[in-house]
Amino acid sequence: MNEATPSAEVRTQKLQGLGTARKRVEDVRFTQGKGNYVDDMKLPGMLFGEFVRSPYAHARVKSIDTSAALAVPGVKAVLTAEDLKPLNLHWMPTLAGDVQAVLADEKVLFQFQEVAFVVAEDRYIASDAAQLVEVEYEELPVLVDPFKAMDPDAVILREDIKDQEEVGGHGPRRHPNHVFTWDVGDKANVEAAFDAADVTVEEFISYQRVHPCPLETCGCVASMDAINGKLTVWGTFQAPHAVRTVASLISNIPEHKIRIVSPDIGGGFGNKVGVYPGYVCSIVASIVLGVPVKWIESRMENLSSTAFARDYHMTGELAATKDGRITGLRCHVIANQGAFDACADPTQYPAGFFNIVTGSYDIPVAYLSVDGVYTNKAPGGVAYRCSFRVTEASYLIERMIDVLARKLEIDPAELRIRNFIKKEQFPYQSALGWEYDSGDYHTAMDKALQTVDYPALRAEQAANREAFANGETRSLMGVGVAFFTEIVGAGPIKNCDILGLGMFDSCEIRIHPTGSAIARLGTISQGQGHATTFAQILATEIGLPADNITVEEGDTDTAPYGLGTYGSRSTPVAGAATAMAGRKIRAKAQMIAAYLLEVHDDDLEWDVDRFVVKGAPERAKTMAEIAFAAYNSVPPGMEPGLEAVSYYDPPNMTYPYGAYVCVADIDVDTGVTDIRRFYALDDCGTRINPMIIDGQVHGGLTEALGIALGQEIDYDEIGNIKGGSLLDYFLPTAVETPVWETDFTEVPSPHHPIGAKGVGESPNVGGVSAISNAVNDAFAHFGLTHTQMPHDHWRVWKTAERLGLTG
Amino acid sequence: MSKLHVQLTVNGREIEALAEPRMLLIHFLREQLNLTGPHIGCDTSHCGACTVDLDGKSVKSCTMFVAQADGAEIRTIEGMAQPDGTLHVLQEMFREYHGLQCGFCTPGMITRAYRLLQENPNPSDEEIRFGISGNLCRCTGYQNIVVAIRAAADQLNAAKEAAE
Amino acid sequence: MISGSFEYHRPKSLDEAVGLLDQHGDDARVVAGGHSLIPMMKLRMAMLDHLIDLQAIDGLKGVREEGGNLLIGAMTTQSELIADPTLAAKCPIMAETALQIADPQVRYCGTIGGNVANGDPGNDMPALMQALDATYIAQGPNGTREIAARVFYEAVFFTALQDNEIITAVRIPTPPDGHGHAYEKQKRKIGDYATAAAAVLLTMSGGRCATAAIALTNVGDTPLYAEDAAAALIGTAVDAAAIDRAVALAEGIASPAADARGPVDFRTKLAGVMVRRAIARALERAA
Repeated sequence: MNEATPSAEVRTQKLQGLGTARKRVEDVRFTQGKGNYVDDMKLPGMLFGEFVRSPYAHARVKSIDTSAALAVPGVKAVLTAEDLKPLNLHWMPTLAGDVQAVLADEKVLFQFQEVAFVVAEDRYIASDAAQLVEVEYEELPVLVDPFKAMDPDAVILREDIKDQEEVGGHGPRRHPNHVFTWDVGDKANVEAAFDAADVTVEEFISYQRVHPCPLETCGCVASMDAINGKLTVWGTFQAPHAVRTVASLISNIPEHKIRIVSPDIGGGFGNKVGVYPGYVCSIVASIVLGVPVKWIESRMENLSSTAFARDYHMTGELAATKDGRITGLRCHVIANQGAFDACADPTQYPAGFFNIVTGSYDIPVAYLSVDGVYTNKAPGGVAYRCSFRVTEASYLIERMIDVLARKLEIDPAELRIRNFIKKEQFPYQSALGWEYDSGDYHTAMDKALQTVDYPALRAEQAANREAFANGETRSLMGVGVAFFTEIVGAGPIKNCDILGLGMFDSCEIRIHPTGSAIARLGTISQGQGHATTFAQILATEIGLPADNITVEEGDTDTAPYGLGTYGSRSTPVAGAATAMAGRKIRAKAQMIAAYLLEVHDDDLEWDVDRFVVKGAPERAKTMAEIAFAAYNSVPPGMEPGLEAVSYYDPPNMTYPYGAYVCVADIDVDTGVTDIRRFYALDDCGTRINPMIIDGQVHGGLTEALGIALGQEIDYDEIGNIKGGSLLDYFLPTAVETPVWETDFTEVPSPHHPIGAKGVGESPNVGGVSAISNAVNDAFAHFGLTHTQMPHDHWRVWKTAERLGLTG
Repeated sequence: MSKLHVQLTVNGREIEALAEPRMLLIHFLREQLNLTGPHIGCDTSHCGACTVDLDGKSVKSCTMFVAQADGAEIRTIEGMAQPDGTLHVLQEMFREYHGLQCGFCTPGMITRAYRLLQENPNPSDEEIRFGISGNLCRCTGYQNIVVAIRAAADQLNAAKEAAE
Repeated sequence: MISGSFEYHRPKSLDEAVGLLDQHGDDARVVAGGHSLIPMMKLRMAMLDHLIDLQAIDGLKGVREEGGNLLIGAMTTQSELIADPTLAAKCPIMAETALQIADPQVRYCGTIGGNVANGDPGNDMPALMQALDATYIAQGPNGTREIAARVFYEAVFFTALQDNEIITAVRIPTPPDGHGHAYEKQKRKIGDYATAAAAVLLTMSGGRCATAAIALTNVGDTPLYAEDAAAALIGTAVDAAAIDRAVALAEGIASPAADARGPVDFRTKLAGVMVRRAIARALERAA
C-alpha cells in the first residue's frame, strides 16, 4: 500500500471491468477446436436415436410396422406413440399452455412430424432402420392458409382439443382451429381518433415464416442412472432450469433427481428455448434401455420441425393530423401458430410483447387484436433473435410510419422526429400498457442523420430518380430509416412467467480465500460471451480482476435457478443479479475491512479494488486481503466465508433503442438489392464490453439482412415444406454481407443496477425494418406503399414489373 | 458390407483403422479419432463447419466418404497449433479481434483461412470474403473474421520479411 | 443424412473402372469430386451397391493444347481450371465460369468431368461447353467415342452417356485470339445454382460480328444452346437492335421451372438480362 499503491487508473485497468474491450475467455478453447458441444459427447454404451417422420402434412396414421426395423442388427428399440402412452408421455405441454404430440398419436399435423423413434448402436444403423419402419397413412385435406383456418368449412386439425374451450388460458375459442384472441387497448377511443383524423392510412404487412437456424442444430444426450435413479440430460437448452422443471412435471421424476446441463451451445437465436420431441424420446429411451441415448437433428429436421419464427400477418392503421401528429394506431394480426402452439412467450402474453407496437412514438390511443390459428405447418413461434414478437411489432410500426410519411409527403425521418416520445416524457406510459423507462430518441436520431449526412443522401436519391426517369440508369436508390424501441429483460414476476415460473434470474458468488471467485448464473451463453462479460460486471463491483473470476452457467445441479438466455434478458436480469450479489459481497467485505482496520464501517470508502479509511488513504484493505480474512478473522458474531446469492426480480423491462439508416441500390432488371451502406446507432445503456457489443450488432444485422432479403420457410398448398436445406434457406455468406458501421449513445437504464439494457437482439429488430424501408423507399416515388418480404430477387423484380419498370 | 482398411495421416499422426466405406470423413474424424473440432452444421456441403485441410485443399468432410480419403494427409483445427502448444497466428487473431462468438463455425473457418493464406498471403478484404464464402457464420456477420484474417496475414508477412 | 451401404472401388486404370461399371450396371456409379453424387446418396435418393472412385487413375487430369484444341482431363478440378495458365491465356471464360461455381471448398473437389456428365441443368459448365462447341470423350467397354456437348443433354439427369461409359476428357476448339467472352450468372448467394446464367462468345471483324455462340444455364431441363440468338448477332455491329433480337430469341427458348429462385416469367426475363449483359461484356473484350 501507500507509496507502492498504483494509481486508481492503473488498478481499474487491471480489473478489466465494465467498459473494457476485454478479450473473451471462451475463445481459448473455441479457437483450438476444444469446445464441448453436445454432439461431441461420448458416453460408454451410448445409443443413437433417429426419427421416422411423416411425409404428409395432414394424415391419419393407420398402422405402424416396426418389425423390419427391429430386425436390423444393432437396433435396440423403436418407440411409437403406443409405447409412450403407458408413461403418459405421448403428448407434452408446450411453453404456451398447449400440448404437442411427442410421437404422432393417431394423426400427423405437419410434414416431417415425428412418428417413430429408432434407437440403435450408432447413427448409421439407426438411419438404415428408420427407412424400414413402415407407416400406413390416410391423407386428409391440408390447411396451410391462416386466413382460411377459421372458415366454417375448414378441416378440423386438432381433434385432440376439439371441445376444449381455451388454450393457454386466453379466452374462448371461436372455431376448432382458433387458438386465442388477444385484445389490448381502447377500441372505442381509437375509433373516435380515426373518425376525427385528418389523414388515415392502412396497410397489410406480412412478416414471413422464418427459422433461427443456428449453425449447431438441436440435440441432446439423455442418461438415466438406474442405480441412483438420477436422470442427466445434456443438450442444446437456452433455459436449462425450465427444462428441468418441465421434465419433472411430465415424467414425474422428482426435480432433484434430474440434472440438465447445457454444454457449449453453437448459437441459439431462440431455436433452443423450446422442449422438443427429440428430448423426450431420448429420455424415455434411456429410461427404458438403461444406457445413454443421443439424438442430434439434421439440418433438414431442424428447419422443418423445431422452432419457426414470425408468420405474422398484420393489418396496420394510423390516424394523424395533416401536419403529421399521429393520433391513433389500430392493428389486427393473424398469427399462424402451426399445428401446435409452441410459442415461447410469457404466460400472460400469447402474442408476446407485440403491444410494443406503438414503437418509439407518442401515440395517444391504440388498439390491437391478435388471432392465433392452427394450420398444418410446423409448431413453434419462437423469438428469433428478438424479444417476444418485438421484431414483428417494430416492423409493423416502422413500415407504417413510412406509409404515413408518403401519404403526408413528409420526410420519413422528419415524421419520426415529430412523433418521438420526448426525453422529458420518460418514464413514459404507452397506450398499450408499457412503462418505457428511459430514452433520448431525438439525440440518437440527430446523431444518426448527421453521421450519414441524410440531406446529402436524399439529394443523391433525387438525382438518381431523375437519371432513372431519363433512362440513364436502371438502378434505383433507396434510403431506409428505422428507429426502434425494444422491450427486453423479461421480466418482472408481476407480469412475466413461463408455465408459472417467474422470470427472475440469479447469480451466486463465492470468493475464494486467495482473492479469486466463482460466479454461477441461471442463464446460458450461446456465443454471447457471458463468461467474459459477467466477470467484468463483477470485477467492477467487487474489485477482483475479471481474470480471477470464473463464470459458470448451464448446469442445474450447481447453478442457481434462472429462466435462461433469450429475449435479451441475460444482461438486464442476470447481469443485474450479478451486480446485486456483488454488492452483497462488498457490504460484508466492508464490515470485515472495518474490523481489520479498527474503524467504523462508515469510515471506509470503496476505491476500485479496496476499502480505504476516509481521509487516510494509506490505511486500506484490498478485496484480496479481505477475502483471506473472511476465512480466518471475521468480526465476532459474523459467519466466516464470503459468498452471496441474488435472485433478481427486475422492477421493469429495459428499453434499448436505436437509429438505423440503410442505403440500398436496386437493379430493376434483376431484382438484386445491394446494401451500399448501413449505419447502426444503438443505445443499450451502460456498455459492459464494447468489443462484444459491436460483435453482437454485426451478427444481428447479418441475421436481419438474411430475413429481409431472403429467408422464408415456405410451404406448398399441400403442406410440403419448400427448400428445407441451406441450399435454399438464405444464410448470407461473407460475400453477400456488407460492412456494418456501428455507433452508440449511452442513456443508462434508471432501474438497472449498472444501467445496462441488453443489445443482442436490437440489430435484428431495427435491421429488418431499415432494410425493408430502403427497398420500399426505392420505389416510393412510383406510388408503392408496401411490398412484402422477403425482398429476394424475384419479389423485387415483380414489384418493379407491377410498377411498369421492367423492360 | 465389409469394413475397409484405411490408412491416413491426420495432424502428422499415421492412422490405420477399419471403417465402413460409407462412413463420412467427418464422422470418422469426430467419432473414431475423437477430433471433435470440425463440426456438422448443414449435412449438405453448404456451411463449411466440417472443413478440414486434405492434401493441401480445403475440403468439406461431410461430403466425402472416409474411403475416398484413404491415403490422404489431413489437418484439422486440432493440428493448427505447434506441437509445443504455440497457437497459430490465425487462432490468436481470431481471439484478438473477436472473430468468433458461439465458436461452432470457428474450427472450419480457421482451417479454411489457413489454406487461403497459403495460396494468397496478402489478400484484400474482398478476396478474404470470397475465400471464406464456403463457410457460414451465424454470429459475427463476418466483419471481425475478415479483420482477424487480415491481421494474421499481416503478421505472417511481417514474420516472413523479418526472417529473410 | 446417412448414405446406404456400398462397396468401394478405387481402380488404377480406366479399363478397370469401365470393367467395374460394366459388370455392376445400374448398381454402380463413378465418383469424381462427389459434390453432386454424395449429397444424393446421403438423402438416399441415390442408392447404389458399388462406388467407383476415379481418383487413382493416371492421365485424367490437366490441360494441354493440341492441334488447335484444348484438351482437359475429366478429373481436372474447378480450382485447377481457375489456376491453369493455358486456359487463362487461351480460354479465360473457363476460369470466369469456374469461379462462379459453388464455393472454394467445392471447387477444390468438383471436376469438369463430373460437372458436365451428370446432367444437372443447374451445373454451369454444360452451357459453357455448348457455347464453346466442346466434345466429350467417353470410354466404354467397346472403346472410346465422342459426343458433342450440343447434343449430349436429353433431360434432367438424362444424357447421351451410357451407364457403362465414363467421360475421360473434354475437347474444346481453341477460341481465336481476340475473341470476346463472358459468363453472366445470377444466383441468390454463393453456393447456389443459377437463377439464370448465360455464356457468350463472339469474334468481331471489321466492326461486324463474325462468329457468336450463346448458351443458357438452369432455365430448362437441359442447358440450352441458343443458336438463333447467336445468329441474330452475326453480321451485325452488335448494335442495340441486334442485341434486342438476340435477347428475345434467347428468352424464347428459355423454359425454366418455377422454384424458390423465382417464377417462370422472372427466370425467363432474367435469362434475357444475363444474355444482354454477357453480350455487352463479351463485346467490350473482343478485339
